[in-house]
Amino acid sequence: MTTIENTKPEIAAKGSLKPGIGPAHFGDRAFEWLTLIMAFSVFILIFVIGYELARGSMPAIHKFHWHFLVSSDWDPVNDIYGALPFIIGTLVSSAIALLIAVPISIATAVYLTELAPLWLRQPLIMFIELLAAIPSVILGFWGLFVMVPWLHVHCFPALREVFGFRMFGFHVFPIFQGQDYGPCMLAAGIILAIMIVPIITSVSREILRSVPGLQREAAFALGATRWEVTRIAVLSYAKKGLFGAVILGLGRALGETMAVTMVIGNAPQFVPSLFQPGSTLASWIANQFTEAVGNLFYSALFELGLVLLGVTLLVNIVAQLLLKTFAGPSIKPQH
Amino acid sequence: MATANTSDSAALTVRDLSIFFGGNHVLKNVSLDIAARSVTAIIGPSGCGKSTFLRALNRMHELVPEARMTGGIRLFGDDIYARGIEPVVVRRRVGMVFQKSNPFPTMSISENVTVGLRLNGARDKKFLVQRTEQSLRMAALWNEVKDRLHAPAISLSGGQQQRLCIARALAVQPEVLLMDEPASALDPLATSKIEDLVRELKKNYTIVIVTHNMQQAARISDFTAFFYLGEMVEFGPTAKIFTNPAQKRTEDYVTGRFG
Amino acid sequence: MTAPNHRWRKFKNAFMQTLALACAILVVAPLLLVFYHLVVEGFSSINLAFFTQLPKAVGEKGGGMANAIVGTFILIGQAALVGVPIGVLGGIYLSEYGGSKFNWWIRFAADILNGVPSITWGVVVYGLMVIPMHGSSALAGGVVLGLMMIPLVMRTTEEVLQLVPGGYREAALALGISKWRTIVQIVVRTALKGIVTGVLLATARIAGETAPLLFTAFGNLGWAHKLTEPIAAMPLQIFNYAISPYDDWHRQAWAGALVLLLLVLFINIGVRFLTRDRFQQKS
Repeated sequence: MTTIENTKPEIAAKGSLKPGIGPAHFGDRAFEWLTLIMAFSVFILIFVIGYELARGSMPAIHKFHWHFLVSSDWDPVNDIYGALPFIIGTLVSSAIALLIAVPISIATAVYLTELAPLWLRQPLIMFIELLAAIPSVILGFWGLFVMVPWLHVHCFPALREVFGFRMFGFHVFPIFQGQDYGPCMLAAGIILAIMIVPIITSVSREILRSVPGLQREAAFALGATRWEVTRIAVLSYAKKGLFGAVILGLGRALGETMAVTMVIGNAPQFVPSLFQPGSTLASWIANQFTEAVGNLFYSALFELGLVLLGVTLLVNIVAQLLLKTFAGPSIKPQH
Repeated sequence: MATANTSDSAALTVRDLSIFFGGNHVLKNVSLDIAARSVTAIIGPSGCGKSTFLRALNRMHELVPEARMTGGIRLFGDDIYARGIEPVVVRRRVGMVFQKSNPFPTMSISENVTVGLRLNGARDKKFLVQRTEQSLRMAALWNEVKDRLHAPAISLSGGQQQRLCIARALAVQPEVLLMDEPASALDPLATSKIEDLVRELKKNYTIVIVTHNMQQAARISDFTAFFYLGEMVEFGPTAKIFTNPAQKRTEDYVTGRFG
Repeated sequence: MTAPNHRWRKFKNAFMQTLALACAILVVAPLLLVFYHLVVEGFSSINLAFFTQLPKAVGEKGGGMANAIVGTFILIGQAALVGVPIGVLGGIYLSEYGGSKFNWWIRFAADILNGVPSITWGVVVYGLMVIPMHGSSALAGGVVLGLMMIPLVMRTTEEVLQLVPGGYREAALALGISKWRTIVQIVVRTALKGIVTGVLLATARIAGETAPLLFTAFGNLGWAHKLTEPIAAMPLQIFNYAISPYDDWHRQAWAGALVLLLLVLFINIGVRFLTRDRFQQKS
């Protein structure tokens, strides 16, 4: 039978504190080390990613040197590879996406923080977060089977009418010339826009929310209208943070693969017309990897991956720094 | 700098205790003896170091980064800051109750009471049940909760939660109980229950209580220490401190000339 | 006396507000459209055969996506085995230990990892596992998804642990409970709901990932009998069917997309529902 007195677990008897390493001490040290190693894994992962890509790219780097970045030849038969069309394709598709997504996203963020009736805010926010949760392949699938045919019939002809005119035998807007056959650069830009709107909107929303109320109050007190308050007190104050949100969206667009590869047409070219198929770094890797034959082919694809990583890493770091310096650790970048 | 009357039944002897947080010299050369089975109140204006002093008694001040101390504290003769002594061991002998009651929200009432025992290895169910009832009785909470020991701890009222925290601290059978403004967040009725409890507990425990409520100190404590700007200005029997203090600063404080 | 441009300012105000509302509607539209088309096209193809049968030979009608559905769950399971322990323990370190400078770098690195394109992860694990193992495998697929989970789970775990009030830690330590037990049995236990939420959301994220699986798990028209064989997964199968020239495969891709979207949305909405009280924030 246990009495209350003599069942003190590990508690030293009155009058003696045992010095030395006890079980508690060991447990504490071991646990701290365990969690430290797990946290440290992020550094290891970054290193591994960089190392693997560099290692795989070595053959291509040795063969083509920096010409890889400026050459447009993609010729598996003769084992000659160049990344230029894909680099341009990545930049162009992302630029289109930003052009479309940024105004809409920021306007929506403004609506959510400043203008929307309270009962509408949470449902809208939920919808936007659900939009972000849609897997890329599903959006691409919908894009390929619904959006692209619709654009082909209802949108592109109109664009061609309005912008595709010639003057003195030249296309004034060469980006809108020619016939399209469905999948094309413009479609890729549009689907990318749909994909990056949620992240730009939600980060912008956080930024706008963090603008101190005093700014708004001061503007209201001066007799400004709602829109003027937003423009003067909120948007200009939040400029830096909003820019960071946009850059974050850009980073997301640069790396997007599945939706793009399904609607861009996957041609290793870049031509001025947006109605023509093209490719991005990510979509081309996805498209070609399973068909690659031979060491150099694979190596070229690895090098494309390295270029893509370099570009996205740079953009993401800039975005992170902008966001962190604007509002400190309170802004959590959405993924 | 005043020193206490030394008594051979001192539970805690503090000698030349100084505490630094980084470059801040927060406590300056405090020395006193805390008598066993008594209530010692620590009073003083905000920022005078009374909470820091309390936390030094169970090495809780070490949770603050860049905390440093000099001097010594002995618990019934044992140096609690000796090399190799784990803070964990000290804290099982010196318990603490906080200003804001904090019963663990994911646990029931009885689980809260026994958490200190269970997480240190106690497994015997009968033992735990006995200790639960004993601790809740000592905390004057048993009659109110005996029929719902498995209810969530957060379903209790504020005053009950604080008494639960006291029961939780008592369950590990510490020798000294530290209380950091335990009733300041409670209404007067709950406060008076806590004060009654303290009067009962001092029959078996040594209690050190920090309070900003001077009347409370006068009501329940046997000894009082007055701190000001990190120094202990005066220490002595409560009656003397409040009716006939030796130091002018003490007199100014207890008569309300500053606070 | 009203200012001369008062009416213009009022008009601009109303115009801008309407524009903002229009943008908000525009943003919501794709979600609704996608869902609508998936239901219209895919619902009729969801039948027992879809869930229980394997794909038929190329070009033949009928069959189902049983192997892809099972494959997705197998991959998610493996990924969780990798991603959850490392992510949660790492998040614990960030919240409960470490110095502010060191932890800043860890957070930064985790955020960088979250920005690595998913196809890049696939290429890296291809080099790490597929080449040495001389072929695609379910293992490689599980590993790549698990690695992608790590930074996600780490950040959400850290955030949730930070929300646990310091008073609980203090109370536990004051009882003489050691620090690691305080963290595991008090702090983590208090934050458990939030940690599980973070894990579920990360799982929903990787369940829909295709690009990293393209050359790691690779896909399989039959069952994978060992983890070292290529394995089918829903997003992969949807993709392969979608870009194929066969109408019947397109039909099944619609159904597969609907099922996958429902799964992902179910997890997302379910998680939101379970953590409802935390979400009553003022906008």
